[in-house]
Amino acid sequence: MSAPQLEILAIAVVTAAGCALVGVFLMLRGLAMLSDAISHAILPGIVIAFFIVGDLSSPWLVVAAALTGVLTVAMVESLHRTRRLKEDAAMGLVFPALFSLGIVLITRYAGNVHLDVDAVLLGELAFAPFDRFVVGGHDLGPRHLWLMGGITALNLTAVTVFFKELKVATFDPGLAASLGLAPGLIHYGLMTLVSVTAVGAFDAVGLVLVVSLMIGPPAAAYLLTDRLNRLLLLAVGLGAVSAALGYGLAVVLDGSIAGGMAVGTGLVFITVFLLAPDRGLLAVVRRRRRQRWRFAQTMVAIHLAQHEGRPEEDEESRLDHLHGKHVGWTPEFTSRVVDQAEGAGLVTRRGDRLWLTDAGRTEAAAALRG
Amino acid sequence: MNAEDQSAEMAVQVTDLTVAYHERPVLWDVDLDVPAGNLLAIMGPNGAGKTTLVKAILGLVPPAAGRVLIHGKPYAKQRSLVGYVPQRGSVDWDFPTTVRDVVLMGRYGALGWVRRPGRREHEQADAALEKVGMADFAVRQISQLSGGQQQRVFLARALVQDARVYFMDEPFQGVDARTERAIVDLLKDLRAQGRTVIVVHHDLQTVTDYFDWVTLLNVRRIASGPVADTFTSENLRLAFGGRVEFLHRKTPVEPSAPGTDGPVSFPGRIQP
Amino acid sequence: MNLLADLVGDYTLRTVALGSAALGLVSGALGAFAVLRRQSLLGDAVSHAALPGVVLAFMITGAKTPLVLVLGAALAGWAAALGVMLVVRTTRLKTDTALGLVLSTFFGLGLLLLSLVQRTGGASQAGLDRFLFGQAAALVGDDLATMAVLGALVLTVLTLMWKEFKLLAFDPDFAGVVGLPVRRIDILLTTLLVVAIVIGLQTVGVVLMSAMIVAPAAAARQWTDRLGRLVVLAGVFGAVSGLVGAVLSSSIPRLPTGPTIILVATALTVFSLLFAPRRGVVAERVRRVRQRRRLRADTVLADLYRLASQHAVPEDAPHDVRVLKTMSAGAGVRRCLEYLAGQDLVVSDPDGRWRLTTAGVDRGRELISGGGIS
Repeated sequence: MSAPQLEILAIAVVTAAGCALVGVFLMLRGLAMLSDAISHAILPGIVIAFFIVGDLSSPWLVVAAALTGVLTVAMVESLHRTRRLKEDAAMGLVFPALFSLGIVLITRYAGNVHLDVDAVLLGELAFAPFDRFVVGGHDLGPRHLWLMGGITALNLTAVTVFFKELKVATFDPGLAASLGLAPGLIHYGLMTLVSVTAVGAFDAVGLVLVVSLMIGPPAAAYLLTDRLNRLLLLAVGLGAVSAALGYGLAVVLDGSIAGGMAVGTGLVFITVFLLAPDRGLLAVVRRRRRQRWRFAQTMVAIHLAQHEGRPEEDEESRLDHLHGKHVGWTPEFTSRVVDQAEGAGLVTRRGDRLWLTDAGRTEAAAALRG
Repeated sequence: MNAEDQSAEMAVQVTDLTVAYHERPVLWDVDLDVPAGNLLAIMGPNGAGKTTLVKAILGLVPPAAGRVLIHGKPYAKQRSLVGYVPQRGSVDWDFPTTVRDVVLMGRYGALGWVRRPGRREHEQADAALEKVGMADFAVRQISQLSGGQQQRVFLARALVQDARVYFMDEPFQGVDARTERAIVDLLKDLRAQGRTVIVVHHDLQTVTDYFDWVTLLNVRRIASGPVADTFTSENLRLAFGGRVEFLHRKTPVEPSAPGTDGPVSFPGRIQP
Repeated sequence: MNLLADLVGDYTLRTVALGSAALGLVSGALGAFAVLRRQSLLGDAVSHAALPGVVLAFMITGAKTPLVLVLGAALAGWAAALGVMLVVRTTRLKTDTALGLVLSTFFGLGLLLLSLVQRTGGASQAGLDRFLFGQAAALVGDDLATMAVLGALVLTVLTLMWKEFKLLAFDPDFAGVVGLPVRRIDILLTTLLVVAIVIGLQTVGVVLMSAMIVAPAAAARQWTDRLGRLVVLAGVFGAVSGLVGAVLSSSIPRLPTGPTIILVATALTVFSLLFAPRRGVVAERVRRVRQRRRLRADTVLADLYRLASQHAVPEDAPHDVRVLKTMSAGAGVRRCLEYLAGQDLVVSDPDGRWRLTTAGVDRGRELISGGGIS
């Protein structure tokens, strides 16, 4: 692997880490699509700031983007508050409009300058190693690595320092308010971080990837753990893996880096989605199948317990009662369930008649208590 | 015993109904027989599965096991005999439509594909609105209605279904006294016509005045039968777990027409 | 009227205008249902997800026949909608997370594939680029025919299934109870939405197409409370946005089509939100101001009545503005009096004092006894 490739990889991994840190909170707050909205909507802010300062790596662009991002959130919220639009419609109205404005500004007035539609969509990661950060004649590496590294460090600091506040405000805004934690302030603080991160990532890898890296790794991590601190760590780790995998994919296929990384993120998610030990699709299917049998056994026990000592007991405790007309099971299913229940010691069978055991009685009572 | 004979007078027969949401059972092995021509209240604490029971009977929630008969035949064949009043909060009342339009929806099933409601359906809708005292509101946008008025619109929609068995989910929830009276009148009217009404109900105070039958539910069926035999403190304690206490005594509204049978006496105060 | 002449005479411009209007009509009408069912963001996911479908269709068939590309787009959009459903059903992830995930993965795949096609030098010739931000100028007769046929199909099904779709959107549980196959109707309506989206992709582009679903419907909702009118109006707004945007972008150099159409649609929506007669923000503000003015005027009238009613003939008891100012109303009394004079409830004497008319006395009595004013 060549030095420029290593540098690109480093930028990709650092970007993924920074995105994952804020993405976790967006996802937990049910605001995942807001990352899509913000990453699109900051475009006019970037373009206008670019027209003014004339430099694509100026920190002013970050400031402008952050302001635009927060403005977007405020616009969506105030539109929703007029009660004339539902929240999803408000979001679906605001960000395409701002994004369109940005595109029109670029194509109309930017001309041949170093900002075109492809760069907006796909970023400039392939050229990032050529833009060096030089201080006093010393080459300190790609400038973008420093920018994104700074943003990721900012996110990390914010998440560490305000961990408790973010946690409470995310899971229980009411409690946060009563503790004097100002959930509104935390909300807008988070939105500012999202906007700043989006502009850093956007410049490097295009706007597609912002959404992908902010949502994909946290979503995958959420299928692996419940604990917030582990969720953050895992999201960062999976983000890094996704970025590396995606970049590798792009190199091998000689295709778009941004596209490759979004696909990499998707692949990592699909893998976790299928194979996660507890919440993965395979585990869930297997568990549901197992539970279906257990469930059916418990049902037999409950059914017998419900009618025990009542006049209809004999009628209700017959094997053929379970299939056919009443419970609606097939004879095969019924006989298998009854075999299993007998094996588990919940019932005993004499001919066509079932009897509940003590263990069965306990099982039924426990199930009914929930 | 011949099941078909017995079922002829049964409006609803539920046997061994079990329902699970996301692998967690919410109803276990529920049996329920409702003789035709009765007003039945389904009662139980929060999370007892009352709404789930109704939705499972109506096929809106897939059951894990069990069978539902409506007037002796499987529900799938008897859909046209069933009317439904969902919880008021289950729809978006800002939906761009009028009161009459909502009531007409009650005829959509009978109309069949592609056909639009015609003059006959409009007359039926207006008659139903008249019956619930909402005739003046026919062309009103539904977002302009009060809670009680919304409930009456839903009742009118159920009326035009012209069903033999009605299921109503919390129709008394958060309505004004006038609407409550209108609903009670309507229930007695439906009973007088030999129809069956099954109501998810939560107000213990009014059960004996409004209903003939009661089913007490708490994940399983605790008891079911005529109010006089079933609505006992013993059964209530079983269903509600001794948490029943009538601190806020609320008097039921007087029906505007005298009922055919006298009210069953209230079983009294239950203390933990 | 040069433009009008061009619209009629110029083949390219006519094609562009017709195509954009058609796409706006269909997406507006279907968008009305999407917005009512809170599926605005699903539209976003479906339109982004269509990109890999377009590119794959081209890669597999090597053809750029509009129907083939649209079919690819529709299949991919459909797969995305299914993917969202699968993730939401089987995991703890919420809809918005699933949408963002599916959207970005599909779109990323589209970009990756597009870059591969571009490398082998085919994408520009194939005109696949225009699927990103749309290019109305590239529309040809073939595209128009495809759009017209698909659009007509969508609108026909929408008309035939009108009452079923309406009930599904309003109360799906009730739809199930009256015996409609809710699941299948849901799938059909979602399919129509997918088709409506892919029709517009060439003109508006995958990135912005979702706004054509949301904006016309959001605008139309402000003007009417009936579903039928809402759908028609949303279609009209969509068509107008498409037409105006496409014509602007074709006649002004370097004005990209998709973003222009979206900006026109947004402008229509903002205008509607502000100025619609009943639901508009301005109308509500005016209503509130009027109400407040009436209330203040009532207060002054009641004050004047209290003073006048102590006289034998209330109509013959003029009072000075300064006296009224010391009572409950405070500032603005003179303007209130002028407002009341406009309604013939009070008159001013030559010496500048004010007295009640007969109607004013009646109204004052009514206010005091009716408890309208404390």
